[in-house]
Amino acid sequence: MTPQSNFMVLAPIAADRIDALRNLLASMNREPGVVDPQNALVPFGELETLHYGRILILDDQTLNDITAYGLPRVNYPTYLAFLGDFDGPPEAFFAELAQRAGDGLKHIFSHCVDFNPDGNLLDWMKARNVSAATIYVNWIGRTVQQVGEEAALHDALVSYVQQNAAALTGMPPTKAHDALKQYVRSEQQAGRLTLTPPQATPLGWWIGNLIHLLGVPLLLLLLTPFLLVYSPFFLIQLRRHEKSDPEIAPRIDPVHAHQLAMLEDHDVTNQFSAMGAIKPGLFRRWLLTFLLWVINYTTRHIYNHGRLARVSSIHFARWVFLDDKKRLLFASNYDGSLESYMDDFINKVGFGLNVVFGNGIGYPTTNWLILDGAKDEQKFKYVLRRHELPTEVWYNAHPGLTAYDQQRNTLIREGIEKESLTNTEAQQWLRLI
Amino acid sequence: MNSYAVDYSDVQGLLRFGYAALTEASFLLLRIRDARDASAWLASAPVTNAVKLDKAPPTAMQVAFTREGLEALHLPPNIIAGFSDEFLSGMWGEENRSHRLGDIGKNSPEYWRWGGSEKVPHVLVMLYAQKGQLQARREAIQDPAWDTAFEIMDSLPTSDLQGVEPFGFTDGISEPSLDWERQRTSADQVAYTNLSCLGEFLLGYPNEYGKYTDRPLLPNDSTSVGLPEAEDSPGMRDLGRNGSYLVLRQLQQDVRGFWQFADRQARSDPQAREQLAASMVGRNRNGDPLMPLSSQPIDGVKPAHPSNQFTYDSDGNGTRCPFGAHIRRSNPRNADFPPGTTGFFSRLIHNLGFAGTDLRQDIMSSTRFHRLLRRGREYGPRLSPEQAVQPDCSDTGEHGIQFVCINANISRQFEFVQGAWIMNTKFNGVTAESDPLLGNRQPIPGCAVTDNFSLPQEGGLPRCINGLPQFVTVRGGAYFFLPGIRALRYLAMHSPPT
Repeated sequence: MTPQSNFMVLAPIAADRIDALRNLLASMNREPGVVDPQNALVPFGELETLHYGRILILDDQTLNDITAYGLPRVNYPTYLAFLGDFDGPPEAFFAELAQRAGDGLKHIFSHCVDFNPDGNLLDWMKARNVSAATIYVNWIGRTVQQVGEEAALHDALVSYVQQNAAALTGMPPTKAHDALKQYVRSEQQAGRLTLTPPQATPLGWWIGNLIHLLGVPLLLLLLTPFLLVYSPFFLIQLRRHEKSDPEIAPRIDPVHAHQLAMLEDHDVTNQFSAMGAIKPGLFRRWLLTFLLWVINYTTRHIYNHGRLARVSSIHFARWVFLDDKKRLLFASNYDGSLESYMDDFINKVGFGLNVVFGNGIGYPTTNWLILDGAKDEQKFKYVLRRHELPTEVWYNAHPGLTAYDQQRNTLIREGIEKESLTNTEAQQWLRLI
Repeated sequence: MNSYAVDYSDVQGLLRFGYAALTEASFLLLRIRDARDASAWLASAPVTNAVKLDKAPPTAMQVAFTREGLEALHLPPNIIAGFSDEFLSGMWGEENRSHRLGDIGKNSPEYWRWGGSEKVPHVLVMLYAQKGQLQARREAIQDPAWDTAFEIMDSLPTSDLQGVEPFGFTDGISEPSLDWERQRTSADQVAYTNLSCLGEFLLGYPNEYGKYTDRPLLPNDSTSVGLPEAEDSPGMRDLGRNGSYLVLRQLQQDVRGFWQFADRQARSDPQAREQLAASMVGRNRNGDPLMPLSSQPIDGVKPAHPSNQFTYDSDGNGTRCPFGAHIRRSNPRNADFPPGTTGFFSRLIHNLGFAGTDLRQDIMSSTRFHRLLRRGREYGPRLSPEQAVQPDCSDTGEHGIQFVCINANISRQFEFVQGAWIMNTKFNGVTAESDPLLGNRQPIPGCAVTDNFSLPQEGGLPRCINGLPQFVTVRGGAYFFLPGIRALRYLAMHSPPT
C-alpha cells in the first residue's frame, strides 16, 4: 500500500506584487476555474503521482472581525499558498516537481518577499512547508495510478458488456463473472489494460502509523483523570463563551460571490478554500488544537476508507493553523456543487462542523459544542461563503470521477481479481458495471 | 410557534390551489412602460387570494415580479438587496448556475425566446379562467391604464390536456403537503414524509430547519405601513411574508422524438415501448408508480392521491424503478437516515459513520429540504404516443410545459433539485446519464458520454440504453418574487411623484 502525502508551501507575497501574481496565476488557466494541465509554469498533468494541486492567495477579507472582541485588527501578510496531495514519500515528489516545474515555480515565488532566485528552490520550499493539523484522505492507499487503471478497467468492461449484452445477460451471474474475467485477462495480455499490484507498505510509515494508532489513545488515557477533573470547568467556560461570542454572518458581497461562482462547477468535483481567525483567548486555542488532534486521529485510523463519518463525497481535505494559531485555513476537494456540499455537511455532520469551525470568529452560535451552529442553515452558508477564498489555480487528476466512481471501480477490480464468487456475490458485482 | 395563524387573504391563491377547475390559462410576460401607471394598475389589481370558497371562482389572477421589475417600480435598492442572491442574480445570471441547471448547449440562455440577459420580463401576470372565459377576462384586465403601463413581451399559452403532460403521462401527482396549521416542528426524520413546514414555501414562516428564510425586512415606520409584521424580528415589517419565489421555465418537449426513440429501442413492440417509457419516467402512463404502494400511510400523502404512497426503501438495487428514472431523481423519497435507522443509538452509530459500508448509503441528501410546489401547465396540441410513433405523423404544433414551481429558497430547492438530482450525471451512483426526459446530453470533463439510461436488472448486469437524444429544450425562464397581497400593494407605492 502506498500512503498519501501532502505539502503546503506558505510564503508572504510582496505587497506591491499581489496583482501581478494574480495575473500570472490566471495565465495558468484555460478559463477561470479550469487549469491547463500542461501550462508552462507548473505542468500538473506531468506529475504522475499528484492527485490535487492548488495555488491560493490568502487574501483574508475578514480581518476586521476581531474588532468584535474589542481587539485591534492585525494586518497579517498576504500569503501565497501552494498545496498538493500526492502518492508516496515527499522526497521523490519534490525532486520531480523541481525538475518539471522549477523555472515556473521560481517565477511564481519571485513574487514573495524573501525569495532568492539564485538559491536552492527545494530548500526554500521545504523551509516554508507547513504541516496540517488534520488531514483527510478519502481512501488511504489509493494511488493516482490505481484510480486511472481502475477507471480504464470500468470503461472497458462497460463497452464490452454493451457489445456482448445478449450473450452475457443470458448467463448465470457466476458464468458472466468468469467471462468478464477472461476478457480482462486477455486485454491485460494484449497490453490494453493494466492492473498494477499494490506496492508493499513502506516499513517506516507502517511503524509510525502503528505508534500513532496506539500512542494517541494511550496519551488520552493518561490525560483522562485531568480531563475529568477539568470537565466541569470546561463546560462552564464553554457555555460562557458560547453565550457571548458574536455571530458575524452578513449577506455575501455580490462581487465576491461572482468571483467564487466563476471558478465553480466546471467539473463534477469542486474545490473549496476558506480561512478565518480563531476566536481570541487560550480557551479556544487549546480547544481547537485538542479537537483537531483528535479528529486527525480518526481520519488517519478510522475514516480512511471512503467516508468522513456520513459524508462520502470528499476526496482530500485539510485544516492548517496559520500565524501562531491565530488563523485557520481549510481546503477540500469534494463532489457536487457547493450548495449540495454545504447541505451534506449541515444535515449529516453538522456536529463535526460545529466542533471545529465553532471556534472561528463569527460562526453561528453553537450550544454544548456540537448543537445548533451549522443548523442555522442560511447563516452558516453566509459564513462559509464569506470566508471562502477564490482558488486561483486548481488541478484535479481525476476529472469526471467522483469518490463514488473511484470506490465502485476499486470494487470492480477486486471482483476481477477474485478467483470465484458465489452466485449472490457475482450478482452484486455485476450490478457495479 | 403557532402564535399567528395564516392569513389566507394575504396569500396568493397559487400557493394553496392549482386552479384545476380553471382549465384555461395564459401567462403574460410584461415590461413596465410607465412606472406610475403600472403602480396604479397593481394597486388595485384583482389578485386572487388563498381563502377557500364554497365554489371555485370563474377566474383567477396572480402577479409576480423579477428583480428588474422591482427596479422598474422604483423599489429602493437597499430593500431589493434583501431578496435572495439567486433571485437578484437571475436564472441566467451566472455561468456556473447555467452549468448546474443544465442550461448549456441547446438550452443555453442565448437561444431563449424570453429571459436571458436581453429579454427580461418585469412582471408575470398569470390568468386562469373556466373554459371559454379566458379571452374575456384578459380583455377585462387590460383597461386603458394597462396599455400605458405595460408592454406585453410575450404571452405564454397553455392548453388543457386533462392532467396529462405532452409525452402522455399523468402529471402533478406528487406534490408536498403544506403544514398550513403550523403543527409540524423541525426535527430529524427517520421516515420519509410528504408534509413540509410552511416556511419551505412561504416566506416569513419557519422552514424545515426551524429557521426563517432571509427576505427584506423593513423598519416599522410610515413608509412600511400596511405590511405584515415580521414574526422573527419584533418591530420589523416583513415584505416577504405570505409571499414566495416562483420559478418559470418554458420547456419544449419533442413528443415525436421521445416516442420514436422508445419505439426504435423496443423494435416497435408496443408493450416493450410502453415499458421502456415507463421506466424512464418511473410511472406508467396512467400515473401508477413502478414501485408497489406502501401499506403504511405516509405523512402528508392525501387519500386523494394513493399513487403517491410509496418510497424506494425496498428497492435498494433499483431493479423495480431505475435509479435514474425521472420521478426517482426529482423526488428520491428518502429520510434523514437510511431505512431502518431508529432510536437514539442507531442514529448515533449512523452519525459517526459506523453503520455499514453499503456503497450507496448516504449518497443522497434528505428529500425534505428539497421539495418543490409545482404549478405548471401544458401547452400545445395533444399528440398521443400512438400518433407520435407513426413515421408519417404530421405534427406541426409545438408541445411542452410552462414549468412553474414555488419555493422559499431557490438555491436549496429548485436549483438543488434541477442541478444535483435532475441534471447530475453522477446522481445516486449512476454514471454517464442525466435525467432521461430532461437531460441535455452535454459532455462533461472526463465523461464524453452522458446520454445513457441504465436499468438495473435482477440478474446482475444492468440493461443500458445508449444514445438518448435531447427530448426537452429550454425556451425561456426567469425567477420571480410572488408577493403576499399586502406586499403587492406596498410594491405599487414607489413610483416617483408626478
